[in-house]
Amino acid sequence: MEIGLSHYLVLSTILFAIGLIGVMRRKNLLLLFFATEILLNSVNVAFAAISHYHGDLTGQMFAFFVIAIAASEVAVGLGLLIVWYKRTGKIDLDMMTTMRG
Amino acid sequence: MFEAIAFYLFAILTISMFSIAVLTSQALYALTALAAGMIFISAFFFILGADFLGAVQIIVYTGAVLALYAFGMMFFDTTRDVVEKRTSPMLVFGMGGMAALLIVLIFAAPIVSDNITALYPVQEGVGNAQAVGMVLFTKYLVPFEVAAVMLLVAMIGGIILAGKKMDTSLTLLDEDKSPLSVETNEKAAS
Amino acid sequence: METYLYIALFAPLVGSLFAGLFGARPKTIIAGLVPTGLLFASLVSSTILLTHVLAGNTVHVELMTWMETGDLYIPFGFVVDQVSVTMMMVVTIVSTVVHVYSIGYMDHDKGFNRFFSYLSAFVFSMMVLVMSDNFAGLFIGWEGVGLCSWLLIGFWYHKESATWAANEAFIMNRIADLGMLIGIFLIYWNTGSLQYDQVFAAVAGLEISTVVWIGIFLFIGAMGKSAQFPLHTWLADAMEGPTPVSALIHAATMVTAGVYLVVRANPIYDIIPEVGTVIASLGAFVAMFAASMALVNRDMKRIIAYSTLSQLGYMFVAAGLGAYWVALFHLMAHAFFKALLFLGAGNVMHAMSDELDPFKMGGLSKKMKGTFIMMTVASVALAGIYPLAGFFSKDMILEVAFVEHHYILYTVLLLTAGLTAFYSFRLIALIFHGEERYKLFGFDPHEAYKYMLWFMAPLAVLAVIAGMMFKGTYYDMVTQLLPAGEYHVHSAFTYWVMTIGTQIFVGLAIVYAYRKYENAKIDKKVESGFFYQLLFNQYYIPQFYEEFFVKPYRDLSMIFWKHIDLKVVDATVDMIGNTFYKTGKETHVMQNGNLSTMLRWMVAGLVFLLVSAIVFAKANDIFAYMVTIVPGLGA
Repeated sequence: MEIGLSHYLVLSTILFAIGLIGVMRRKNLLLLFFATEILLNSVNVAFAAISHYHGDLTGQMFAFFVIAIAASEVAVGLGLLIVWYKRTGKIDLDMMTTMRG
Repeated sequence: MFEAIAFYLFAILTISMFSIAVLTSQALYALTALAAGMIFISAFFFILGADFLGAVQIIVYTGAVLALYAFGMMFFDTTRDVVEKRTSPMLVFGMGGMAALLIVLIFAAPIVSDNITALYPVQEGVGNAQAVGMVLFTKYLVPFEVAAVMLLVAMIGGIILAGKKMDTSLTLLDEDKSPLSVETNEKAAS
Repeated sequence: METYLYIALFAPLVGSLFAGLFGARPKTIIAGLVPTGLLFASLVSSTILLTHVLAGNTVHVELMTWMETGDLYIPFGFVVDQVSVTMMMVVTIVSTVVHVYSIGYMDHDKGFNRFFSYLSAFVFSMMVLVMSDNFAGLFIGWEGVGLCSWLLIGFWYHKESATWAANEAFIMNRIADLGMLIGIFLIYWNTGSLQYDQVFAAVAGLEISTVVWIGIFLFIGAMGKSAQFPLHTWLADAMEGPTPVSALIHAATMVTAGVYLVVRANPIYDIIPEVGTVIASLGAFVAMFAASMALVNRDMKRIIAYSTLSQLGYMFVAAGLGAYWVALFHLMAHAFFKALLFLGAGNVMHAMSDELDPFKMGGLSKKMKGTFIMMTVASVALAGIYPLAGFFSKDMILEVAFVEHHYILYTVLLLTAGLTAFYSFRLIALIFHGEERYKLFGFDPHEAYKYMLWFMAPLAVLAVIAGMMFKGTYYDMVTQLLPAGEYHVHSAFTYWVMTIGTQIFVGLAIVYAYRKYENAKIDKKVESGFFYQLLFNQYYIPQFYEEFFVKPYRDLSMIFWKHIDLKVVDATVDMIGNTFYKTGKETHVMQNGNLSTMLRWMVAGLVFLLVSAIVFAKANDIFAYMVTIVPGLGA
């Protein structure tokens, strides 16, 4: 049985959906970050697969940049999280209601 | 055949690991599952012949990012679990599933995938790391440098954000002077 | 000569603007004197131009280009030729007199300055109307006088009836102006120009049906301005305005603009004699119709207004039968004696504290000798007694009708001449003769200022001599432009019988009027009669209009207001506003500040976008497919 591009894309989609569920479900900010990592990874899989099946390196390049962005996001995000935790002592998402419209 | 077995094996493993990471209520389990999932993801990269990307995945994600998360978890009191109010799980899963279904539809229907042409084709007889290096340092040099600067900025930003008032120990402060106390927070807020 | 032309044209405008500067201030005598002086300058310039024209020249200037787009070229062009100089003289003479008179008449009015501003603006518009060398300029003047007429009828705007009358006049004129505008469009459409000379040169080459339509539509415009049936009701109501206004606008100048238009467009009407016959018939009808209403009316100014209407009918008879110079001549003569009559009536009104019912006057000749003489002169001229102006102009129209073999028109006009004499002297008898009934009502009449009478005198003189002295000169001058035509009855015997017969008929009517009304006896039996009531109620035409046009229109407006405006237009606008308001009210729950909720909305948005992507992609496919199969169907 030959594994084609669509297999990878479906896998990527499933992983992305899992990430989305996590984003919607999590109330703990740290675990919310985990979910976003899953989202980014699922996209990376799709990039690599497309790159492979089209014989084009551009997909991989994008995957690199996604990883770089993920790393930056973690650095800054964790920093902000720590500041928030210092101020409130909680990292509960439901506590963050300062943006009430 | 071997490829198919490897794909399905790692697919099942990744999906289950990530599901655990999303669904568990234990932060430690989630972190461990996430780390495992990341490594399994890198397996796909190896299968797809993107050796360099697989290596980077392991080093950056599993090595650096997850280590950061682990330190973060140590900083927070994760044993005191956040009580997660479960509001309408049907909606959450429904929308997630719906989005997945739609994306699959889009990829399955010949809307996008037909129109892709190779911009930078893989060169024959060249290793993946070498090929990546050639493209990255010619066509994508500027984005690469920008990404490097961005990482630097993120690093400094993270240090500054996390490192504020590091010299004062929160646990040794008096209760009323602590930045954790309610009054100080209100003052800070106002 | 161009300088004089510009002075004649723009002096009234300067006067109007000058008086307008003082518009909001209390009475300033200078606001009356300066426009009057400038108008006098205009009169002098017009006179100089008249001598120039009499010497056989014309003046034609182009002030500047007004419109130039594609083939359309309309300049601000002005022409002083034999016809327009006649009108200019009439306008400037009457308006100068009226201006001086108004200084006295409006002496105690709060709106003194405003009045002079409007009055001079009117003169300027009228000058534009008569001097323009194209239909577009004429239309500007036409609308300008309409506007000034509206302003002046509604001058006492605090009176409900005055504003109503002003609006009525304005709206009636709008209806007619639409016709005129269509006529002008037709002219431009078919001849490609609006310049008189070019249009008249081109009009002969057009299809006869086109010319008929042009003639009809232009005449509809003339009907509105000259208050011909069925658009006549506004003129009587326009008497709500100050009396000098009635004298200047609603007797001497503006209402004759319709006649001027027909006279000016004579090459068009020459081609279509059938339309001319219709015009003449309508004119004769209006002459009779209006005179009959004047017989019984009890409002001094309305009687004179109906008389004006009747005389306009005479003018249209002449113009319709192709005797343009006769129409213009009667226009001129009529302007003099009718303005005089109105100004006299103004004096009487002033004396009687704005009382208009002549049955409450009587015997005023002792107190107001000057006014009495002048009004009598004017009435005699109006009745057409030899040797006053009316004899030469009005009897000439009768002769025209006779010579052109329109015997029915002749008979109608002859009868109307009798009626004219009767109602004119009924008025004179009621006002100036008989017992002094005003004492019963506690009035204390007094003669007007001396200078007012002195300035009315030129009009009286003109009313006497205009026919005798000017007819020959006028004929020689005007027939250079208008079709000449001596209307002489073929046999001398018939002529003398007609002339003397008419004179005797008119004389008898005068005597009868005196007999009947010297003592102001009111015959109850006659008054309750059907005809008296019919005439007194103006043939029930105002009621008819009220019932069949105004009321249905009002009802329709109510329906539209209640059902269309409120329920459709307003509701739509409200709905749009409410939609946004309610959307905001409902969706602000989204902005509860909870990040988790926001993330969910984000995912919902993502789902929505994905759905749209698929739907649009699919729709695109279907559309492309349709494009490929649809051409197969058509072929």
